[in-house]
Amino acid sequence: AAVPTQVVPGADPSARQLCFAWGPAEVLVCETRFGRAGGSRSRSRSRSRSRSRSRSRSRSRSRVLTGSVADTGEGAPGSSRVFVVRRDQDIYIQTLRKLFNESHGIFMGLQRSEEELVGKSRKAQLVQVSKNYRSVIRACMEDMHQAAVSTRDPALQGQYSTQVSILSAMELIWNLCEILFVEAAAAGPLLLRLLDWVRLHVCDVDTMVREVLSSENPSKHKLFWNVVDVFVLQGRMDEARHLLSKEVTANPTSMNMYKILDDLMKKMPMPSLGNTQTLTELELKWQHWHEECQRFLQDGTFASNPHMESICKILVGDEDAILEKKELMTTWYHFLVTRLLYSHPTVKPMELRFYAQSSMDLFLGGESSPEPLDMILMAAFEFEMHQVIKECSIVLSNWWFVAHLTDLLDHCKLLQSHNLYFGSNMREFLLLEYASGLFSHHSLWQLGVDYFDHCPEFGRVYLELHIERIPLNTEQKALKVLRICEQRQMHEQVRSICKIMAMKALRNNRLGSALSWSIRAKDAAFATLISDRFLKDYCERGCFSDLDLIDNLGPSMLLSDRLTFLGKYREFHQLYGEKRFPEAARLLLTLMTAHIAPCSFWMTLLTDALPLLEQKEIIFSAEQTYELMRCLEDLTAGNADKQKFQEDDVETTKVEMLRLALARNLARVIVKEGTVEGS
Amino acid sequence: AMEDVSAKFVSQKISRTRWRPPPAAALQPPSVFATGSWDNEDNRISLWSADDLGNVGLNGEYHGEPHLLCDIQHNGDVMDMQFLDQERIVVASSTGTVTIFRHHQNNQTLSANHRWERAHYHVDQDTSCGGAACTGVVCNNPEIVTVGEDGRINLFRADQKDAVRTIDNADSSTLHAVTFLRTTEILTVNSIGQLKIWDLRQQRNEPSQIFSLASDRVPLHCVDRHPNQQHIVATGGQDGMLSIWDIRQGTMPVSLLNAHEAEMWEVHFHPSNPDHLFTCSEDGSLWHWDASTNVSEKPSFLHQGGRSTTYLSHNAINQSVVSAWLSNDPTKDRMEITNLIPNQTLSVNSLDVLGPCLVYGTDAEAIYVNRQLFA
Repeated sequence: AAVPTQVVPGADPSARQLCFAWGPAEVLVCETRFGRAGGSRSRSRSRSRSRSRSRSRSRSRSRVLTGSVADTGEGAPGSSRVFVVRRDQDIYIQTLRKLFNESHGIFMGLQRSEEELVGKSRKAQLVQVSKNYRSVIRACMEDMHQAAVSTRDPALQGQYSTQVSILSAMELIWNLCEILFVEAAAAGPLLLRLLDWVRLHVCDVDTMVREVLSSENPSKHKLFWNVVDVFVLQGRMDEARHLLSKEVTANPTSMNMYKILDDLMKKMPMPSLGNTQTLTELELKWQHWHEECQRFLQDGTFASNPHMESICKILVGDEDAILEKKELMTTWYHFLVTRLLYSHPTVKPMELRFYAQSSMDLFLGGESSPEPLDMILMAAFEFEMHQVIKECSIVLSNWWFVAHLTDLLDHCKLLQSHNLYFGSNMREFLLLEYASGLFSHHSLWQLGVDYFDHCPEFGRVYLELHIERIPLNTEQKALKVLRICEQRQMHEQVRSICKIMAMKALRNNRLGSALSWSIRAKDAAFATLISDRFLKDYCERGCFSDLDLIDNLGPSMLLSDRLTFLGKYREFHQLYGEKRFPEAARLLLTLMTAHIAPCSFWMTLLTDALPLLEQKEIIFSAEQTYELMRCLEDLTAGNADKQKFQEDDVETTKVEMLRLALARNLARVIVKEGTVEGS
Repeated sequence: AMEDVSAKFVSQKISRTRWRPPPAAALQPPSVFATGSWDNEDNRISLWSADDLGNVGLNGEYHGEPHLLCDIQHNGDVMDMQFLDQERIVVASSTGTVTIFRHHQNNQTLSANHRWERAHYHVDQDTSCGGAACTGVVCNNPEIVTVGEDGRINLFRADQKDAVRTIDNADSSTLHAVTFLRTTEILTVNSIGQLKIWDLRQQRNEPSQIFSLASDRVPLHCVDRHPNQQHIVATGGQDGMLSIWDIRQGTMPVSLLNAHEAEMWEVHFHPSNPDHLFTCSEDGSLWHWDASTNVSEKPSFLHQGGRSTTYLSHNAINQSVVSAWLSNDPTKDRMEITNLIPNQTLSVNSLDVLGPCLVYGTDAEAIYVNRQLFA
């Protein structure tokens, strides 16, 4: 399993010194002249490695935008470039959406999990979470593998296969981190876990094993001894002995030798997971067994059978003998675990680094240089957690892995002391990075919300910035976004979303919807604007649109003065329609005297009074008529300076008619009131 | 129980799930369902098989995971979806288009059978008209009624090119859902908390009755009618509240039941066991409401739970249980309510129940099938 590197096209570290800076959603890679000779030893080592690796892969997997081209100054020829590298392209892979969605559930479960649990139960809980994450990776890997098998498009097939190898590398790293950091297996069980780890991940030999085991006569198969060796190298003693027994039935002459070897293999002391034996006990037993193996080897017991002899050499931990089986182990970390199994079964976590480094050096033997994956695993064996996360961030094409792993390690309380010089801490930084990637996706943005929620320092700000950029193509989607904002008391964003929706509705001539949106946002100014539109429509057409809405304003009427007026004015029409003239008249007058109606609308209101003034029955009292007159005079006086009324014939006629009607009404009412009082 | 539920992550946010109606008089549980997606660059209508057969593993264990039969691209978000008959599905799109898709069972393909482009649209002030999301569709073969953000109601016939009837500006706010009350009458719910009855025989473009949630104008998102007692109607609101209405009397709901913490997206009476009601919500929960325990005159042995209870109470529906949903006495607490999804975080957008089977879909891009609802 190889971790592919990303190549930034055009950025050539051999030609120019490169530096980089992390951004919220991308990385800036800059050409620089600074620190040409500087840098720590390990840094320059790893850089040259990734460079050689980069050359071997020509395909670019990152989206690169070349930014500004600026002169370096200093009179040097040429210019420096800035590359903007987006590192979230995996977000767009369809099959990985399963990974994002399913792990979101696990992530949320972990955030909710009880911190009160202490000691063993808490550790068991965290290990379970880790295993859940891994099973999601594996499920995704299987899907991807299926996709690769079933597609006929070779380009697509290559793409899927690359993804399978990335996922498999992620699971390999995660599993090792689970053993070393999350579970923090102690000497003894540690070896058992590492053996499981190797058995699970070194699958290159599986086909060979299957082929031999399913053949008619395994012991005659040309790969027979290879398979026995594989079993021995992986510590699968029972399987190795079972296979060996077949050989001996076919070849009785080696019976004696076989019995001795089988006995040695059977007796090999192994660490146990329970507390049944102490480490010292194990070490004693193991020492005894080891010496016994050595004795048989020195006696030349297996001298006549090179296969069995080499197995016995493996049992005594002979490094050369083990290294001879390089092809069967395929990786240095398999070699490491085999070496530990037969030389240092009680290895302590902190001793791992020495064996790991020497195993890698021995295995690679200067022939090939370690790849990024090797460096990551090495960092894990060295318990350099931050180095693991850093290397993974650089090498992997997604933020998913580092974000979730770091969060888990943080819950294991392993990262607390580490603060970054930017942002808050590494966990939050990586989660923000991952969630920002989700938000850049057309549909995965909903997942991002919960990740931001669990970033105490900057999550809120990020969410505020991102949520406003979600395109709102339907009301349903707007409602979902709105719900997110309302749950988090993001008032500013609630207002803005409602305003956008209200504007849209207004443009589409959906006044009712527009008003609903502004009522939801309690946006008084916008409600006023819409009310004015309703009133304008009324003035133009002489009837109300959207009565079902206006009649149902309820308490929301109080949101804006204009809306109140709209509701009350409609009430006037209802009263008028029901021929409840005195009530209608009283309401109409109040609308003006209490200054509920905007001045611009007074003329319309006064005109509405005309038919009431002309009724056979007297409706306005003398006092009310005086008030109406004052309203009319206020209006004409207020407008006099604009000379509007003088110029507009229609308006002048209206005013004249009103004055006449008011005068006549006054005359009638004086007579009537006088009569009533007089009688 | 949770272990009866099978899940599948489908890499698309699911907006609708619908069981295909079984053939008349069929006794088997439903086996095929349709899903629609939303908010993808490429939205799809998919048909799935949830059958036990063909999913049985080597050792005879049941792999309940639904498997894809066929799918087809759909333009815009799937807003609503309904089977017209065994082969045809009517789909409402956010683009305003209404499409009938046909499922060819012989070669497992889907094709667009008929399309009403821009059945819902806005009349823009400046430009021409733009599509408006079609938010709801209901079928009563061959009739199809659609409602939309444009406040319009369309009546189509599956075999006719043009709309049979259109009520422009039927509602000044957004219509969120529609269902048939009787063959000629429909019910709509809107974004200002109103439930309206429309008589399609009448030429008047006005509702024959308006019901309303008191004064608080909480938008209503979904509506369903009791399958046997047509005067009982359930609606779900933006505040997650379940309202039960008796459309024979009053203009306000008979009861308001506190349920979800966010929008209730769908409400369904169980079609053959209507003491049971199912609701799902933006808050990521799915509730099973069992009103059969709410009837006081029921013999005591019925309270014990289990399979037999369910069927006994179902038989009793025509007699004493008549008003299980309408009882006014404060026994609401005795209604048995179960949340079928603990620990879910993202919205459950849709659900459908038929026989012993439940199917639902979420924004977490997963579909779930429960084949033993009353076990």
